[in-house]
Amino acid sequence: MNHDPSVCFADTSPTALGRSSFGGGRASAARMTYSFQFRDVFAAWEFLLDGLVLTLELSLFTMVVGLAIGVAGAAARVYGPPWLSRPVAVYVEAIRNTPLIVQLFLIFFGLPSAGIKFDADTAAFIALSINLGAYSIEIIRAGLEAIPRSQIEAGQSLGLSGLQIFRYVIVFPALKTMYPALASQFVLLMLATSVVSQISAQDLFHMASIIQSRTFRDFEVYVVVAAAYLALAMIFRLLFAGLYQLVFARR
Amino acid sequence: MIRELSFIDVLYLIAATRWTLALTAIAFAGGGLVGLAVALLRVSGLAPLRWLGGLYVLVVQGTPLLAWLFVFFFGFSIFGITVSPWIAAAASYSIYAGAFLGEIWRGCLQAIPRTQWEAGASLGLGFTQQLRYIIVPQALRLAIPPTVGFLVQLIKNTSLAAVIGFIELTREGQLTTATTFRPFTVYLIVAAIYFALSSR
Repeated sequence: MNHDPSVCFADTSPTALGRSSFGGGRASAARMTYSFQFRDVFAAWEFLLDGLVLTLELSLFTMVVGLAIGVAGAAARVYGPPWLSRPVAVYVEAIRNTPLIVQLFLIFFGLPSAGIKFDADTAAFIALSINLGAYSIEIIRAGLEAIPRSQIEAGQSLGLSGLQIFRYVIVFPALKTMYPALASQFVLLMLATSVVSQISAQDLFHMASIIQSRTFRDFEVYVVVAAAYLALAMIFRLLFAGLYQLVFARR
Repeated sequence: MIRELSFIDVLYLIAATRWTLALTAIAFAGGGLVGLAVALLRVSGLAPLRWLGGLYVLVVQGTPLLAWLFVFFFGFSIFGITVSPWIAAAASYSIYAGAFLGEIWRGCLQAIPRTQWEAGASLGLGFTQQLRYIIVPQALRLAIPPTVGFLVQLIKNTSLAAVIGFIELTREGQLTTATTFRPFTVYLIVAAIYFALSSR
């Protein structure tokens, strides 16, 4: 092949117009039958950015909701009456023993036949929250059970109300104990959001498929997107470490 | 052509479960080899080897499994190689499982007290001998529960191979949905089979 095939494909992408001079490295790969061209991928940066925004939104909202479900569910599981703790246990086991993608399909493709319809983003958000909630309950439950009974009695003897005991004596130390497990579950959740691309939610991974089908730069697109996820995972880990310092470390 | 969902479809779904199990077995075998290498790198005496193991874990645990599947399945076609879903899935899952198993097993190796290594050294055993006769037999007992726990994760994560057209339980569920148009029932059955496979 005399000239680079990407040149003609670059023009098919609307965002690539006027950006043909971007990037280089064509000559260095001359010996191969295929030359890597990352510029088509980067030329579509607006797509990637849109996808990144949805991935971040999904991750952050899900983390907040998942943590709330986790605290409430774990409290119900450990301190609640049987009519409450049993269903929570069933929920946790049902979610933790089935794949996320099947949960997504059930909510996005399955529920409409029962008359409940969601758009892709909402279905993704609901499925991810339900999923993370179950894992959080199990993690936080372990933290709650690690609180010695005497701590609660100490709180009672100081005249704290039930809610105060739960907040200061139980939840806070429990979250501190389980923080590393919870943080790594949250990072895994962020990576798992890539699965929502399969129900056409337009997250970072879905945008990669769009760029792939427009530019045929399969390898480059997925390498760039994988690198983006890696960067995100590292940023999240740093943020979680910082959050620990901010919230828990000084006590 | 749309037809009614019948009992035979349920049997097909159960039959497709064997490919889920086969993929899990391949992933566990491949991931076990990679994981063993990673765990050994991570406890090695040479700092650069430890960094190498750490870098591998950092990269693989920081990228979605889906990205590995797509890189192998779609990405390698640029070299003129047609990658079958089997190869792509086997490679991706080995890489993925290797990072997690490597970290689990590293933890087990490091849980063995330092003095056990030193006792081996004082008996005149070399590094590999210490590992083989003293550390690994003790670490193996610690490793079983978390390894089984990860195996359950692995069974569930094989469902992602459906997106590259690998016929297993989830993919069979998609195909059954396409012919019967009963997604809710079909995916509930699929979920129930996964539940039966992974719950204790």
